[in-house]
Amino acid sequence: MSIAYQIVVCGSLVPDPLQTLEPVTGPAGPALKNEMMLPAILDPWASHALYEAANLAKNSPGSKVWLVSLGPKAKLQQVMMTIAQKVPFELIALDGPASGFTEAAEVAAALAEAISAIPGLDKSKLLVFGGWESASRGAGVTMQMVGERLGIVDQFQGVDELKIGADGSLEILERIEGGKHQISKCAGAPAVLGWATGNLSEPKNNPQVGMVNMRTVMPALQKAKQVKLAGEGLSFASVSLPKQLRETKIVKDKSPDAIAKEIVEWIKK
Amino acid sequence: MEHWSNETPLLASNTPLTHHSNTPTLQYSNSSPMETILLLAHTEADGSLAKSARESLHAARILNKALAGSSLVVGIVGETVQAAADSIAACPATKYFGVAGKDFAQSRYASDAAAAEAICKAARATLVVAPATSRWTRVLPGVAQRLGGRADTHVTGVADAGGKPAINRWYYRQRMEATLTRAQRPWFILVDPGSQTACECGAGTAKVENIPVALPDACKRTTEMGIREPKADAQTIRPDAELLFVTGAGWTKKQADGQTHVPEAEKLIRGFLQVSRASLGSSKSLVDLGGEGQAVLSFLSHLNQIGQTGSTPRHPKGLSTCCHGEEPHTVGWRFINERRAISLDPNCGWARGKADVLYVADAFAVMGKVNELLAAQKS
Repeated sequence: MSIAYQIVVCGSLVPDPLQTLEPVTGPAGPALKNEMMLPAILDPWASHALYEAANLAKNSPGSKVWLVSLGPKAKLQQVMMTIAQKVPFELIALDGPASGFTEAAEVAAALAEAISAIPGLDKSKLLVFGGWESASRGAGVTMQMVGERLGIVDQFQGVDELKIGADGSLEILERIEGGKHQISKCAGAPAVLGWATGNLSEPKNNPQVGMVNMRTVMPALQKAKQVKLAGEGLSFASVSLPKQLRETKIVKDKSPDAIAKEIVEWIKK
Repeated sequence: MEHWSNETPLLASNTPLTHHSNTPTLQYSNSSPMETILLLAHTEADGSLAKSARESLHAARILNKALAGSSLVVGIVGETVQAAADSIAACPATKYFGVAGKDFAQSRYASDAAAAEAICKAARATLVVAPATSRWTRVLPGVAQRLGGRADTHVTGVADAGGKPAINRWYYRQRMEATLTRAQRPWFILVDPGSQTACECGAGTAKVENIPVALPDACKRTTEMGIREPKADAQTIRPDAELLFVTGAGWTKKQADGQTHVPEAEKLIRGFLQVSRASLGSSKSLVDLGGEGQAVLSFLSHLNQIGQTGSTPRHPKGLSTCCHGEEPHTVGWRFINERRAISLDPNCGWARGKADVLYVADAFAVMGKVNELLAAQKS
């Protein structure tokens, strides 16, 4: 039994991990210094979700992938130039802040509303993908709230593997404590899957995929709905960088034997 | 004035997919400063409470002591809950609630959400303090949504902020720390395991109010099939280990003789893990090399990855070897207390200012000797 899935991937932007980040206080609360100038990427775990979605769609004829992304329109456009060359998808853009200090519940409301507005959405075929946490807020909260808003109670987080059974059932591996995985079997769609790294490598850029995607990406960006995130009820008392800089003792001239002895003594202490 | 809200799902469905417990919808006033603090825990497979639950109880007690007029209650979900409740019966909780039964033995979103929702409603909880286990982290944000509340995970500290509860948590993958408060209730606070000391309250006999939760078939579409784990001798992730051993990409690079020595590196690392019982972490670059099909350390997976896109484990000590990189990569040992590093580069960004001691040396030579010494001590 092959099911034509409707796979909606939720994924936003984060600053390139190699950038130096510094918190500042803006008019709407905490923000990053020069936030709009920082080069951005698609959130790493959301990227894995997107690649897994594309792989599932490729192996399930008739399936389609949407990428729902909330971020400043200009930065979304910049990131789409790269990501659109990776795998086929249709973009649904929401124009709003992508800061880590935005409220997850408000982001979830905006994402759920955008998903439910997709024309022809069939809940019996719906799989909602995303990263299990973002690299910005790092909350691991948004996907569950999106699922609840959509009325989906089969939810999985820290997913590393999804297998589709012959009967349309979903076998899912979720990360749990101690480097282990929980194996769950779900009767089928609809379901929410917050992905960890999965098993797929990053696809190589494919200009042909990029050209097809960009036909829908640019119009989607032009008609991106503006989203205001007020952060109602949320109050930050402080946001700061960790101050502790360690006084590193540099040991240069000791033999491997002497260093090994010192390390073993330290381990056993 | 806030109230419990069970919002209608945005997508219509012929069969109701969300289960809400049969507890009547409660009107809840947020105008009173009296907080009801619920410690919400789940049992382990043997019916006991994990250490992380006791750590969350410690955090709940901090809030209970700090917030005048607040009360502390306990809620437990599991196949059976009495033994777990009894194990902490000496804590100053005024009430114990439980949702028990075979349906609640397994870690499953739909049944866990129904159970947690029922307990929160029965307890009229305004603050829900829970361990950030994989089971609770999966479900409690959804329960917060269901109840019109808010959720924060990876909480590393709780405090009193002028009569209001405040929490500490990290943003941008442990690169900056924030203190925040919220007006919404219920507020779900998921405490990172290892970030608090465990409450040492003693055992006794707890009077548990069992809350019946009948699960509709829509909440039983998922079944937990089991746990997949590496064989005991191949398990390299050990959360309770005293030491985190971090391996960097340098182990797979050409050495002084112009050759790579990956099999030797693998033997040294495996040997060290066997004699030290350390937990193994890896830099992203080393894990990625494996994903790209290069011959690297066969036992490494993304589960070992620490740092910006990996985990940030908590261990008393950390020893990094052959790691390099700047600030974004070093967040992997943000929560390691004592840190030492072995690197050939005396200016290594991973170590300088981040480690207590940096040994400028060849890790192959040093770790070989370390293994010999540890093995000799064992025999």
